[in-house]
Amino acid sequence: MLDYETLKIIWWLLVGVLLLGFAVMDGHDMGVGTLLPFVGKDDVERRVVINTVGPHWDGNQVWFITAGGAIFAAWPLVYATAFSGFYWAMLAVLWALFFRPVGFDYRSKVADPRWRTAWDWGLFVGGAVPALIFGVAFGNLLQGVPFHFEANLMPVYTGTFWALLNPFALLAGVVSLAMLTFHGANYLMIRTEGAVYQRARTASLIFGGLMLAAFAGAGLWVTAGIPGYVITSPVDPAALPNPLDKTVVVEAGAWLSNFAAQPLLWLVPGAGFIGGLIGLVMARVDRPVLAFVGSAVAELGIIGTAGVAMFPFIMPSSSDPRSSLTVWDSVSSHLTLDIMFWAALIFTPIVISYTAWAYRKMAGKVTPAFIEANDHSAY
Amino acid sequence: MIDPSVVDLSRLQFAATAFYHFLFVPLTLGLSFLLAIMETTYVMTGKEIYRDMTQFWGKLFGINFALGVTTGITMEFQFGTNWAYYSHYVGDIFGAPLAIEGLMAFFLESTFIGLFFFGWNKLSRREHLVITYLTAIGSNLSAVWILIANGWMQNPIGSEFSWVTMRMEMSSFWDLLFNPAAQAKFVHTVSAGYVTGSLFVLGISSWYLLKGRDIEFAKRSFRIAAAFGFASALSVIVLGDESGYAVTEHQQTKLAAMEGMWQTEPAPAPFTLFAIPDDETRSNSAEIKIPYALGLIATRSATKVLPGIDQLEQQAAERIGRGALAVAALEQLRAKTADAAAKAVFEANKADLGYGLLLKKYTADVAQATPDMIAQAARDAIPRVAPMFWTFRIMVALGFLFLVLFALSFWYSARNTFHEKRWLLKWAVWFIPLPWIASEMGWFVAEYGRQPWTIYGVLPTHLSTSTLSAGSLYGSIAGFMFFYTGLLVVELFLMFKYARLGPSSLGVGRYHFETAAA
Repeated sequence: MLDYETLKIIWWLLVGVLLLGFAVMDGHDMGVGTLLPFVGKDDVERRVVINTVGPHWDGNQVWFITAGGAIFAAWPLVYATAFSGFYWAMLAVLWALFFRPVGFDYRSKVADPRWRTAWDWGLFVGGAVPALIFGVAFGNLLQGVPFHFEANLMPVYTGTFWALLNPFALLAGVVSLAMLTFHGANYLMIRTEGAVYQRARTASLIFGGLMLAAFAGAGLWVTAGIPGYVITSPVDPAALPNPLDKTVVVEAGAWLSNFAAQPLLWLVPGAGFIGGLIGLVMARVDRPVLAFVGSAVAELGIIGTAGVAMFPFIMPSSSDPRSSLTVWDSVSSHLTLDIMFWAALIFTPIVISYTAWAYRKMAGKVTPAFIEANDHSAY
Repeated sequence: MIDPSVVDLSRLQFAATAFYHFLFVPLTLGLSFLLAIMETTYVMTGKEIYRDMTQFWGKLFGINFALGVTTGITMEFQFGTNWAYYSHYVGDIFGAPLAIEGLMAFFLESTFIGLFFFGWNKLSRREHLVITYLTAIGSNLSAVWILIANGWMQNPIGSEFSWVTMRMEMSSFWDLLFNPAAQAKFVHTVSAGYVTGSLFVLGISSWYLLKGRDIEFAKRSFRIAAAFGFASALSVIVLGDESGYAVTEHQQTKLAAMEGMWQTEPAPAPFTLFAIPDDETRSNSAEIKIPYALGLIATRSATKVLPGIDQLEQQAAERIGRGALAVAALEQLRAKTADAAAKAVFEANKADLGYGLLLKKYTADVAQATPDMIAQAARDAIPRVAPMFWTFRIMVALGFLFLVLFALSFWYSARNTFHEKRWLLKWAVWFIPLPWIASEMGWFVAEYGRQPWTIYGVLPTHLSTSTLSAGSLYGSIAGFMFFYTGLLVVELFLMFKYARLGPSSLGVGRYHFETAAA
């Protein structure tokens, strides 16, 4: 069995891997959903757009489900505190996601144009709303969230839903929405041609630019005005987790201290910018596969930047800082972390290989001719 | 202290969303294997009609599957949103099977379902067949892990309470995995799903036969459904008995409530075939009993005594008394004011900690609990009898009716005369909705019968929720009702539309509406 401290850090990395997997895989589906009403001007074009993700969206969505399950298993206190605290935000995500499975599967089963248009907007909501809210959630985590624990470790959230929608969090929401839409546009360029391709390319240039600008803006804002959190009591990383056993203070510039201590970490936000630039340039010169790789690297950099800046914090408490949840004290037992580590180590590569096989089998452009030939079986 | 109305509303929301999710799960479990059987026949015989069958029933499968996915997302996150204390208290054990379900089963099912629909022209026949099997195996593996999680809620083994982290922690993953309660539940639940899938195909095929449409297609579908359904209906009863035996072992309060056993009867206890149980007077009227039957079925012995409700309440009261000592000592330990004596008290009474927590419903300071409160908490330890008694009997009666229907269908299908037996075909059509009722009753017995606990004997339901306001709960329940009702209307509309259209919806030019039009 690996030692407890190592496992705690491995699980911080693994949750990051799952979030990145979600952003790269389900993220491009969400981006495609967000762009659907705009890049497809008539029914056939929209069916082209939907069928680029038709065989894959369901498998990709499991990254989201699995990330939820893994957070439950590895960070039960985070699962409990974040999802109950962000109650209405979470419900908005779930309800928006409702539109995806049914939107994909039901849309083309009835020919009425009103029916189809309604589901097109449903798929838009299912893509754009979660993408925005995930960013808003990260924006709030960076600022700290008002919650505390009772003596029996019952989490109590004392904020409101509307307080989540503050300016910095909304900017973070824009980063996230632009990032996934950029990524989805690059994916669409790989799988389409003609007018849809051209509109996807325009979308890639717009949202790629927006992502870079918003990410830079959020970075400057954190540097200038968002204080971080620091643990002031001695930390025993191998200790049994108890989030009330520490003292924490709020300190200006604390979110930059990890970068100051380890200058190599600047590569992480660097990947966000460089990946974004590569994505933009490659979309501009019509190299969609490289553009997709670029936006995936940007996702790694941007999600990683939030994680690295806050480490070891996961969910800081603004109202009772000592209740803050960290990598050290919101985790499962040693045994559970170990078992789940092996489960992830065995199954993640298997999942990635059969997903790759599925994409290879379905590769190629989706065209109007394909839709007409498969009118009864395609989405 | 949690607002009591929040507890009731959280339960209502969870029950409603779980019941709703389970409208779609059994058909997925059963139909996925029927698709695999049909496609196997196609690959072996090369006859196009079997490919058409796989594609047409696959279309109906897809309509159902979409809502299964939609409603499943809610379940994965609802523990966190609405059951925060539960999530903290048992996430160390309960979260693991949920996460592994995602990694091992749900990815498999969801990745290959896409290829099932879109891969007909891009994969070789054999590749496509393998995909169909992997989808079926994936959905059934999902059930394995979910029922391991649920089995642990019913019979929480392989775990221990830690006062330092203030939660239950896993002590043996193997115990969790090979929990007898989970195994019995898994096989019973999936075979109920197979019955649902078979009756769905059997009933709709019968309808085509009654209408005189697509006869060859319907006859072949009927035969496959009759054979698979007969085997499944048999196993659902045999394995249901196994599941009941697990209940006898691990959850005597559930058994006593579903059998309406107010007093302990001498072994072997009689089985009450019919009665009108009254929770107020704590007695049954209009009883019809079969001597010895319950004792023999439930204990598989002629001498083991099954405790009645009176005796179980008394046992609960004793455990609550000891549990109160554990809770008081635990609070001292948490506040770091405990001496060695308090620690010893905690260790001695730790096994009854959950029972002590039952008192939290009546007093914050359990050390000061009155005998009256203890008596009340002990009464809480038994679920209400009347709902349990009835739902269990409806489920069992339906199970036997399914067995008769499938036995006859199988018999006449072996003699190749089923298509002339209009009474049998009509019976099959009218029975289409009933497996859903039986499945939901089964869940009711399992989950309502677990009350007053979320984790049997460990964590009371009234302590398991999030600290939300009642207003939030009213809002979210209204939202779920709104979305779920709308989605159900759409789903049924499409299901009826495509079931009525039949294989003509494939557009291959060989079926009723296409040949009639030509």
